[in-house]
Amino acid sequence: MDIIIGVLEQGLIYAIMAFGVYITYTILDFPDLTVDGSLPLGAAVSAVLITKGVNPYLSLLAALGCGAVAGFLTGFIHVKFKVRNLLASIIMMTALYSVNLHIAGKANLALFDFNTIFNSGIGALLPASLSRYHTLIIALVMVVIVKIALDLYLRTKSGYLLRAVGDNPVLVTSLAKNNGSVKILGLTIANALVALSGAILAQQQRFFEATMGIGAVVIGLATVIIGTNMFKNVRFIKSTTAVIIGSILYKGCVAGAIALGMNAIDLKLIMAILFLVILIVSRERKKKVKQNA
Amino acid sequence: MLELRDITKVYGLGTANENYLFNRFNLTIQEGDFISVVGSNGSGKTSLLNVICGSIDMEGGQVILAGKDITKQADFRRYEKIGRVYQDPSMGTCPQMTILENMSLADNKNKPYNLRSGTDKKRIEVYRDRLRELNLGLEDKLDVKVGSLSGGQRQAIALLMSVLTPVEFLILDEHTASLDPATAELIMQLTEKIVIEHRLTTVMVTHNLRYALEYGNRLLMLHQGASVIDIAGEEKENAVSEDIMRLFNRISLE
Repeated sequence: MDIIIGVLEQGLIYAIMAFGVYITYTILDFPDLTVDGSLPLGAAVSAVLITKGVNPYLSLLAALGCGAVAGFLTGFIHVKFKVRNLLASIIMMTALYSVNLHIAGKANLALFDFNTIFNSGIGALLPASLSRYHTLIIALVMVVIVKIALDLYLRTKSGYLLRAVGDNPVLVTSLAKNNGSVKILGLTIANALVALSGAILAQQQRFFEATMGIGAVVIGLATVIIGTNMFKNVRFIKSTTAVIIGSILYKGCVAGAIALGMNAIDLKLIMAILFLVILIVSRERKKKVKQNA
Repeated sequence: MLELRDITKVYGLGTANENYLFNRFNLTIQEGDFISVVGSNGSGKTSLLNVICGSIDMEGGQVILAGKDITKQADFRRYEKIGRVYQDPSMGTCPQMTILENMSLADNKNKPYNLRSGTDKKRIEVYRDRLRELNLGLEDKLDVKVGSLSGGQRQAIALLMSVLTPVEFLILDEHTASLDPATAELIMQLTEKIVIEHRLTTVMVTHNLRYALEYGNRLLMLHQGASVIDIAGEEKENAVSEDIMRLFNRISLE
C-alpha cells in the first residue's frame, strides 16, 4: 500500500515537470535539457527559503520565478545567439548545476525539521485521520491547479500562438510575430513548471540534492510519450490528463522494477531501458497505423 | 507604392560558383497593381518575393515602401502589411490546429496575442460565412484539424487567412502549383475575387502562363534576374499570347 501511495505522490509531482516537457517537446518541438538543471533549481530555491523561515507556499512562487528565468535564458541563448536548441539547453543545464550548489550552499540540504506545504497551510487543515494521505491530497491539488491553468492558457490567444510556433513557424512570421520571442515565452513557462515541480518534490522527500536532476528530462520525455501515445485516439482525454496518467504509470513501472528486486543503484539504468522500450513501442504503433491506413 | 532599387543578390559570393541572381534590379509596384510574374527556373521569381518580404539577405539595394526605407526591417514586421500564400499548402496553416483555431489565429493578426480567449465566439459566424463562399463544405468542419484536409482545401483556407485582417499587399508564391487543375482554377477565381474585394496590391508568381495572361493588370517576365517583358494595362490586354508564349518557351529552354 505504501508503495502505491508513494508512486501516486511521485507520479503526480513529476507530472508537473512533465507538463513543462510537454510544452517544449510536444508543442515547441524543442529538445530542452534545461530540465535537468531547472528541476533541482526549484528544489534548491524552495529548500533554502524554507530553512530561512519563509512560508513553504511562497517558496513555490520563488521557485516558479527562478525556473522561468532559467527557461528564458535557454531561449535567449538559442534565439539571440543562434545556438542550436539542444546545445543552448545543455549550456544552461551545465551552468545551473553550479548555480544550484551556490543557492543551496552545499550538495545536500535536509528539510526534516521544517514545515512544508504538506504539513502547514492547507496541509494542516486536513483531518488527522487522513494523515497517511496528506501528501497525496496536496500533490493532487497542486497538479489539478497546474493542469487547469495550463489547459486554460493553451486556449488563449497567446496559447494559440505558442501551439502555432511549434506547428508551423512560417505562419507565425506571416502573422507579423517574431518566432523567437514566442519560443522564449514557451521555454520560460515550461521551465517555471519544471522548477515548481522540483520545489514540491524537495518538500515531499524533505531534502534537496544537487544530483536530483540527473535523468529528469528522461523521466519527462518518457512520461509525455507514454501519455500522449496511449490516449492518441481518445478524443475526450486532454493531453494534459494523458501526461498525468503517463507520469503515474512511469513511476509505477520504475517502482515495480525495484520491488521485483532490482538494485537501487540500477535505477538510472532501469529508467534508460524503460525509455528505450517506450520509444520502440511507440514507433511500432506508428508503423502499424500506417500499414492499416 | 513599393520600390525595389538597385537590388543585388549574389549566391556564393567570393566562391568559384559566385552567381549574381540580381544585379542592380529595379522594380516599381504601383498601388493597386496586380502583377503576374513568370519566368524560367532560377530566374529570380521567388527571390523577388523574398526580397519584398525580407525573407532573404541581399548584397545591395533598397526596398522602399510608401517613401520609407524598409530594407533593414525584419521580415515579421513587414508582414504587418503583407499577406502571403505559399506553394506548399501546409505553409499557410497549422496542421495540428482546427479550422476554427486557424481562422481565430489569423483573425488576431496585428492585435496582441494575450490571455483573452483564443477564439472570439462572436466571430465564428463570420468565419463560417467566409468558408461557405468557398463551396467546399468547410463551414461544417470548424472543429476538424487542418492537417486532415486535402491540399486544395488547405490552400483555400490559407488564402482566406492571409486576408482575414486588413493587409495592403498580397504575395502569392506559385500558390496553385501543387494543386490539381480543377482546384487550381477554383483557387485562382477566389484569388481574383479577394484581390478586387480588398483592393489589394498583388504580386503573383506563377508557372502557368495562361493565368499570368488572364489575371492581373501587369505582366512581368523574368530571365536571369532581369525583366524581359514588363507590360501593363491595355498593352497587356492586347498582347498576343503566342508571342509571349514563344519568348517564354525560348527562355525556359535556355
